[in-house]
Amino acid sequence: MKMQTLVKVRRTSQILFFVIFVLLLINTEFTGGFDTSEQDISLPYPVAIFLEASPLVALSNALSSHTLYRNLIISLVIIIPTFFMGRFFCGWICPLGSLNHFFGSLKSERKRGKQRIESNKYKKWQMTKYYILIAVLVAALFGSQIAGIVDPISLTIRSFSLAILPTMNYALNAILNGLYGTDIAILRSAADGMQYVLKNSIMSIKVVHFQQAVFIGLIFVTLMVLNLRITRFWCRALCPLGALLGILSRWSIFGLEKKSLKCNDCNLCQLHCQGGDDPKLGLKWRKSECHLCFNCAPSCPDNEMKFKFFPKTHTTEEKPDFKRRKFVTSLAAGALAIPLLRSSTSLDAAPNKKLIRPPGSLAEKHFLERCIRCGECMKVCPNNALHPTFMEAGLEGIWSPHLVPQIGYCEPSCVLCGEVCPTGAIWEISQNEKMGTNADGQLVDEPIKLGTAFYDRGRCLPWAMAKPCIVCEEWCPTSPKAIYLQDAEVVDSAGEARIVQRPYVDPGRCIGCGACEYACPIQVEPAIQVSSIGESRAKNNQILLKK
Amino acid sequence: MGTDQKNMNRRAFLHTSARLGGVSVATLGMGFWLKNRSTRPQETIAATMKERLILPPDPNLPAMVIVNGGDPRKMVNQAVHELGGIKRFIDDSDVVVVKPNMAWDRTPEQAANTNPDAVAAVVALCLKGGASKVIVTDVSCHEPRRCYQRSGIADAANAAGAKVIFPEKHKFHEIAINGQVLTEWPVFEPFLDADKIINMPVAKHHNLTGVTLGMKNWFGALGGKRNQLHQKINESIVDLAELMKPTLTILDAYRILQRNGPTGGNIADVRLNNTIIAATDPVALDSYAANTFFDLNPIQVQFVKLAHERKVGNMYFEEIRQKVIEV
Repeated sequence: MKMQTLVKVRRTSQILFFVIFVLLLINTEFTGGFDTSEQDISLPYPVAIFLEASPLVALSNALSSHTLYRNLIISLVIIIPTFFMGRFFCGWICPLGSLNHFFGSLKSERKRGKQRIESNKYKKWQMTKYYILIAVLVAALFGSQIAGIVDPISLTIRSFSLAILPTMNYALNAILNGLYGTDIAILRSAADGMQYVLKNSIMSIKVVHFQQAVFIGLIFVTLMVLNLRITRFWCRALCPLGALLGILSRWSIFGLEKKSLKCNDCNLCQLHCQGGDDPKLGLKWRKSECHLCFNCAPSCPDNEMKFKFFPKTHTTEEKPDFKRRKFVTSLAAGALAIPLLRSSTSLDAAPNKKLIRPPGSLAEKHFLERCIRCGECMKVCPNNALHPTFMEAGLEGIWSPHLVPQIGYCEPSCVLCGEVCPTGAIWEISQNEKMGTNADGQLVDEPIKLGTAFYDRGRCLPWAMAKPCIVCEEWCPTSPKAIYLQDAEVVDSAGEARIVQRPYVDPGRCIGCGACEYACPIQVEPAIQVSSIGESRAKNNQILLKK
Repeated sequence: MGTDQKNMNRRAFLHTSARLGGVSVATLGMGFWLKNRSTRPQETIAATMKERLILPPDPNLPAMVIVNGGDPRKMVNQAVHELGGIKRFIDDSDVVVVKPNMAWDRTPEQAANTNPDAVAAVVALCLKGGASKVIVTDVSCHEPRRCYQRSGIADAANAAGAKVIFPEKHKFHEIAINGQVLTEWPVFEPFLDADKIINMPVAKHHNLTGVTLGMKNWFGALGGKRNQLHQKINESIVDLAELMKPTLTILDAYRILQRNGPTGGNIADVRLNNTIIAATDPVALDSYAANTFFDLNPIQVQFVKLAHERKVGNMYFEEIRQKVIEV
């Protein structure tokens, strides 16, 4: 195949994988159907497959949990070919790589002609990504999955799910609802039709909001803008997955061969280089940096370079040039980071009351071993109830999921978050397991508890304001209800005696779903709030003495 | 203005003057126009409810039919037949809204939502009766898509030919209710535009009102902060009953949620009761059901008493013409 054709195939592959990636992400949502009365709700597509295919996610999970969860074995589909071929994933598949590629190819005043050639030369700072890789892998050995914060797939899914797509949805909704709000009939029906079409394709069925979204979104935008200065800055300098694949391609049998050392210094190969790997004749081609985009070979006017199997390697630098001191420093950074982080937030001493983990979540120690903060669970939650943490789980646990009942509660029959979690931080549980029921719907076991609800009697209508309410009791989904009522005679401000029903929580029955908190009319600070205590996953965070 | 010229010529001077003058006048005009438009922003109430008439009672027909049997579809068909047939309620090319209770993410066996077969039967009847469109919808409490699916109603109603509509945010319109406690409130669009409305509640226990039956079901037509309604729940229920004017109420008492309502969740709370009641008098229906299925004295069911006093219907169900049949 001619090199020129290969570039087209590569471009097609990038577009194809990016489209699949975005479609899967958009479909990480329960959209409901009119043609099914299925009682177990699950998603029709393997929406987490890109994460499950990420070698970095798999490796760091293996290091921290000593196992390979569910579908993470799929990552071998990338790992093993990388042994032979090199970093094809970066140039052909990675959605973040493709985005960087696109933004890097935009015209930029700061990066044209000679400047661009200069900026595409291999730089020492490209080693940074290897040191990041070492640090996060060592952290994984110490039981912390901070690799997920910088894994490119996880980063992209998080940014898209929590910031980019919600932004797009908000904008489209604002436009369409604006049109729908007019008095002009034709605009109204056009907006209605458009809404229908978009909600069945690229739009989310509802406008969702996420805490932290603005920061997550700005980080992503910054990464994109950096491409205008240095092409694929993220991929070259920071990406630990790229670094991992670079190391894995150490013995690859596919690569660039320079036929002679004659070169007219036209620099066209350098001009279009994505990886900053010095394909130019006279320089050493750095295999571990190359994304296999194949831009260089066809641009050579003398046809002096070619990608092939078993290339002559006398002009190739086969491995990253690690510096011993930096190598040791990154080892130490990874090794010290986790003890330092945990010295400030001791998981055992004071569990955070607001750290209400999704149903099926493992105990915090194991949760942090696995959670990559990809945001899949938050994206899929039909109630927009899961949000990225800020400091609730400590700095180490930043952007991991927690339930914010004031915004949305946890539906007892819903297990979608566990279905999409690629790493088992939220273990995949069945509906019956969650509710403690058997196949016939009878309560046979303890349901999964997320926490326990507590009243703030100073804010509660029947407790403090002599008014009837009990919306919390109405919404309480357990049977028998965890919220029970007592008639009480109260005197209102006019001096009149009246009977109101006052609510109480039975902590033994409460599952901490947060429906009460969500439904409470005292919306700004509900009169009933769920705390994490009593959560099934944590032995050290309990109230009641149990058999 | 060219800086390379030493002196501005006349032509350029006139040109520049005209441009500056034009821009100044336009800005001035725009400023005053905007100033004159400035009023304190207020929520406008643009939407209104379509006028619907309560069907006058027919002395030759019962006002309430109670059907006992094992098949919800058959019971619904028989009940409507005994009330005078669907043609009595539906005119040709009517847009009909059928309002089941599908507020909760629950299965049919858990009886927190209306029976899907009963809803499907009503949809089929309406279409047979000449309706141009039958809409099935409810403003659910739980996530609507889960409720619609797990209740089995979306599937059954869709198969019967209904248009199933999810409550979407932009389709709620603030309307003047002018009730005793509800002055204005957002109502879901289909309820505003319908020619006929058929209420299809399910009989359930509820701690604040004792029971939830037909009139309480109208909470599901509203958007907004419904959790405030509980502070004056009986008045709210009656305000809505006056507003909605259903052509027909068909109560699903096939399964009854006896405890832990209105959400239930445990099949141990459910009793198989095998009854469907259809009535043109919503108050008589609620009164009868509260009395028969929940052993409550209608006088003590505040919203029933209040609705009677406000002449929404007759709580003394013994006084109205009724018929009990078996299928």
